[in-house]
Amino acid sequence: MIIGQLRDGYVLDHITAGRGMDIYHLLHLGELDCSVAMIQNADSVKMGRKDIIKIGKLMDLDFDVLGFVDPGITVDIIRDGRRVEKKRLHLPEKLTGVIRCRNPRCITSTEQGLIHEFRLTDRERKVYRCVYCDSAARKA
Amino acid sequence: MKHLIDIMELSPAELDTLLDTAEDIIANPGKYAEECRGKKLATLFFEPSTRTRLSFEAAMLELGGSVLGFSEAQSSSAAKGESVADTARVVGCYADIIAMRHPKEGAPLVASRVAGVPVINAGDGGHFHPTQTLADLLTIRREKGTLGNLTVGFCGDLKFGRTVHSLTAAMSRYAGSRFVFISPEELRIPEYVKSEVLAPRDVPFAEMRDLESAIQGLDVLYMTRVQKERFFNEADYVRLKDTYILTPEKLHRAKRELCIMHPLPRVNEIDVRVDDDPRACYFKQVLYGKYMRMALILLLLKEAGRI
Repeated sequence: MIIGQLRDGYVLDHITAGRGMDIYHLLHLGELDCSVAMIQNADSVKMGRKDIIKIGKLMDLDFDVLGFVDPGITVDIIRDGRRVEKKRLHLPEKLTGVIRCRNPRCITSTEQGLIHEFRLTDRERKVYRCVYCDSAARKA
Repeated sequence: MKHLIDIMELSPAELDTLLDTAEDIIANPGKYAEECRGKKLATLFFEPSTRTRLSFEAAMLELGGSVLGFSEAQSSSAAKGESVADTARVVGCYADIIAMRHPKEGAPLVASRVAGVPVINAGDGGHFHPTQTLADLLTIRREKGTLGNLTVGFCGDLKFGRTVHSLTAAMSRYAGSRFVFISPEELRIPEYVKSEVLAPRDVPFAEMRDLESAIQGLDVLYMTRVQKERFFNEADYVRLKDTYILTPEKLHRAKRELCIMHPLPRVNEIDVRVDDDPRACYFKQVLYGKYMRMALILLLLKEAGRI
C-alpha cells in the first residue's frame, strides 16, 4: 500500500491495532476538508500490528484525547515535507467533553448543557473519574 | 475555600481553622450571636432530610442570621423542570449563602459554579456529605483530643456508606491513622477507597467480618446503618440488616476510652442500652454538627466578603 508523503500535517503512529477508528471519530477527522489516510493493521517490529493515521494539514489537535485513548501513540509533526517534532503522549490530567458519564445518578444525566468532565485519579491504573459524581470512566 | 462540595478540597490548614472556630463557638457562643445579622441562608433541599436541614437552619439562627428555602423538590420550581443551574442563579440573587441537598450526584458542584454566592453541599445522593464529615472530625477531636495516631473501626454498610468513605479519606491525612473495616462480604469497603485513598498514603488497614473480635483494638468505632434503599432485593436486606448490632455485651472487650459514633438515624444497629454508656458519642455528634456548620457558614461568608 502506497500513501503519499505529507508536505504539512501529522502522522499518528504506533496506534494500538483496532483503535484507529476510535481516534478518527474522537478527533472528528471525517469533518476535515484535507486528505486523511487511515492505515489499519500495518506491520510493526515493536507492536506486531499497529494502526497509523496521516492528516494532510496542520491544525489544533486535541492531544488530550489521544493521550487518553492510547498513550503509546507518537505524533510526528511534518512541515515542508520534514519531520520537525516527534511528540510522545501522556495521560492528560483532565478530559473535557471527550467521554460521557454513564452513571444514571449523576447530575450530567439530567442537567441540560452540562459538559462532561473527567479527572485522572490513578495514573498507574489509568483511572479517570467524573468531576461531578466520581464514577470511573469506561474506556473510550 | 469559596464553597464546600467535597471534604477533600479543604487543606489541612483550612480544616484546622474550621475546627478551631467551632471550638471557639462552643466556648464563647455569645461572641458569635450577631455575626450573621442581616444575612440569609437558603436551604435548597430537593429531597427531604429534616435532620440536616434543621441543623443548618439552627446554625444560621444561632449566628443571628435568617433562613429561607424549601424542603422537597415538589415545592420548588424543579417540579416544573427548572435546571439546577437556573435555580442556583435565581436563589443566589436572594440569599448570601446556599446549603443544597439533591438526589443527583454533583448537583451542588453545578450550583457552585453559577450561584455567585458560597454553596455548601448538604448531601448529593450517595456521593458526598462533607458537613457530616466535619461533624465527625470535631467529635473525634473533642473526644480523643487528637485526630492523629488513632485506630478507627467502621462497621456495617461500608460499600454504600458515603460517610465512611469521606471520613476515611479525611482521617487518612493524619499521621498514624489506622483503619479496621468490619462488614459482611457483600458490603465491603470499595476497592477504590483502598487503591486511591489508602494505598497512596501507605495507610495501614484491615478488613474483618466479626465485630466482637475487632472491637478491642479500636479508639473509635463508627457504626453505620444497613440502608434498605441501597438494596435491589429485599431478601438480601433482611438477611444482612441485623448482622452487626452493637450491644453492651460486645462492649465488654472494648477500650474504656472508646468513642462510639453513628451518623444517625439508627435503626437497630446500636442497642438502645448502649445510649447510657459514657462511650456513646452519637448524640454529641449531632450537636457538634451544628457547631461545625456555624463555623463553616461564618468562614465562607467571610471569605466571600459578605460579613
